[in-house]
Amino acid sequence: MEPVIRGVSYVLVHAPNLLVHYGTTQRLERHKDPDSPYLKDIYRNLRAYDTALAYPPYQTYIGNLTPAELEQVAQPWYEGNKVEPRRFGPYGEILPEDEFYAWMQRVDVFDLVWLEKGFLAEIKDRLGSHPLWTEEDTNILGAGKDREAIVKRLEDGSAVPLTLGDRLVGCVRRAHELDENLKAEVMAENTACKASAVLALRTLLKTNGVDAGEIEYIIECSEEACGDMNQRGGGNFAKAIGEHCGCSQATGSDTRGFCAGPAHALVEAAALVKAGIFKNVVVVGGGAVAKLGMNGREQVAKGMPILEDVLGGFAVLISQNDGRNPIIRTDSIGRHKIGSGSSPQAVMQALVAEPLDRLGLRITDVDKYAVEMQIPEFTEPAGAGNVPAANYRMIAALAVMRKEIERKDIPGFVQRHGLPGFAPTQGHIPSGVPVIGYARDRILAGEMQRAMIIGKGSLFLARMTNLFDGISFLIEANPGLREEEAQVDRETIRRLIAESMRKLAEALLREQEQGGE
Amino acid sequence: MENQARIKELAETEGTENLVVILGASEPESAELAAETVTAGDPTYAGPLSGVQLGLPVYHIMEPEIKEQIDETVWEEQMAMMEMVLEAEALTEAVKKMRDAYSKL
Repeated sequence: MEPVIRGVSYVLVHAPNLLVHYGTTQRLERHKDPDSPYLKDIYRNLRAYDTALAYPPYQTYIGNLTPAELEQVAQPWYEGNKVEPRRFGPYGEILPEDEFYAWMQRVDVFDLVWLEKGFLAEIKDRLGSHPLWTEEDTNILGAGKDREAIVKRLEDGSAVPLTLGDRLVGCVRRAHELDENLKAEVMAENTACKASAVLALRTLLKTNGVDAGEIEYIIECSEEACGDMNQRGGGNFAKAIGEHCGCSQATGSDTRGFCAGPAHALVEAAALVKAGIFKNVVVVGGGAVAKLGMNGREQVAKGMPILEDVLGGFAVLISQNDGRNPIIRTDSIGRHKIGSGSSPQAVMQALVAEPLDRLGLRITDVDKYAVEMQIPEFTEPAGAGNVPAANYRMIAALAVMRKEIERKDIPGFVQRHGLPGFAPTQGHIPSGVPVIGYARDRILAGEMQRAMIIGKGSLFLARMTNLFDGISFLIEANPGLREEEAQVDRETIRRLIAESMRKLAEALLREQEQGGE
Repeated sequence: MENQARIKELAETEGTENLVVILGASEPESAELAAETVTAGDPTYAGPLSGVQLGLPVYHIMEPEIKEQIDETVWEEQMAMMEMVLEAEALTEAVKKMRDAYSKL
């Protein structure tokens, strides 16, 4: 039986101060020129929480707008408050940074995240009213630390700050004096990744009415590495996340593949469920602090605010076929092979054309393609263009080469089979997965038959190979259980007949043996 | 930045007269920036080619001069799809502008 997509969640964390301190663009700038005009004016160019809430692509990510509705909102999207600023949506929420610091402390089990007493007292009431925050969470937070203790750790270099503008509200301490992989900056990065993933997983369980005890396996698929100096990426984020979500019956592991990580993880989850090894597998990814403000300099140079101001997170629950939810077609996996070649044409051929050929489908038979869904306003100022639009044009061009459409129909194909980009440039977050929620809803509503999820990754960044990477799969409307149940019945009957025959044979054998005596 | 370092090193070891730079950038703006970097020097003053005027001949792979030198079958297998996606004229114009202004060879 094919596995199904039983639920999804998408969350964002507004994180302008983490951007200033720990985004790599800002850190490199500080290293090169601490007095640079970009850094001097940085707070003036950051968006307030309410402004970020009213950003149409973010509202699309958490499900308050559909991608089709986003397309109707006049660009530039960052100018003016064009949509209602809502914190919660059907898929998740946009968490403010002050509350996120509390989530970071809540999920830290080595006393590394310290929050200042007065700050904690201020936000405790607000945390208490959050639908995913429990009394136990509040108790675990404790009373907080004295400001002097935090300042002392910052001054002796054993911690890095957590701030809200020019107000110091806490710190993240190093976990080892000499270990580069446990230094304070790395602990801040990994704890933020873990905390945003916990938010995504708790959201998934709550909004889909899933009992945490049902989860048997968790696959974490971010781009961070947790480990110490002897095993830089030893892991395991997955169990560390599940521990804070009540998933007491689960184990898990981390899967990596740059931006393609989530698509790989979803294929693995589908395989585990289809094989009958586990009934419920969660794929989860938290946010990437390093990528905050990645194109900030270019955005500011073009008179825009610094737009990459959120951490992204998501979770998808893959379960045994329930006859209702959309299925992952496990016979539709497209993979970019080591021998495929790295030209864009070879990549698209491997990920789109080959699996469809195998199934006897045409490119135009897929209602929507989920590609690299980066928000165009984020990437265009840096010269990377509109990434999703370029991907859709490539798929359309492939359809022209296969004589499925005419060359003049390329724009029409892009319109019919594409979607606008609405995901923040958080590495693994934009590639394919943001569309799963929308596609699942449309399929459940009977308005869509099938979507292709495509994950693509730039492996050369690790300097281990120049190869490109990618993996793809189709999700489709559930055909129902009837046929499969019938197959099961036939199998059961065959098994019963076989068992009876065996018993009969054994009885005959015994009789013969008794007769012989 | 690393590409800039590699090109600078190649120019030193092989000689600028033995090098041609072929770009594959998908956006005219980034193609122009790359073309300027290998001819007049890095305009952002961020990399090793800042203030270094190599004056190399530079082309985009979509330019006719380059396309006609590539085997048709290879082009069909590797480039035909992107030919329909990229704005070849705008890319050519962006790179040619820099080549005409700063290329010494």
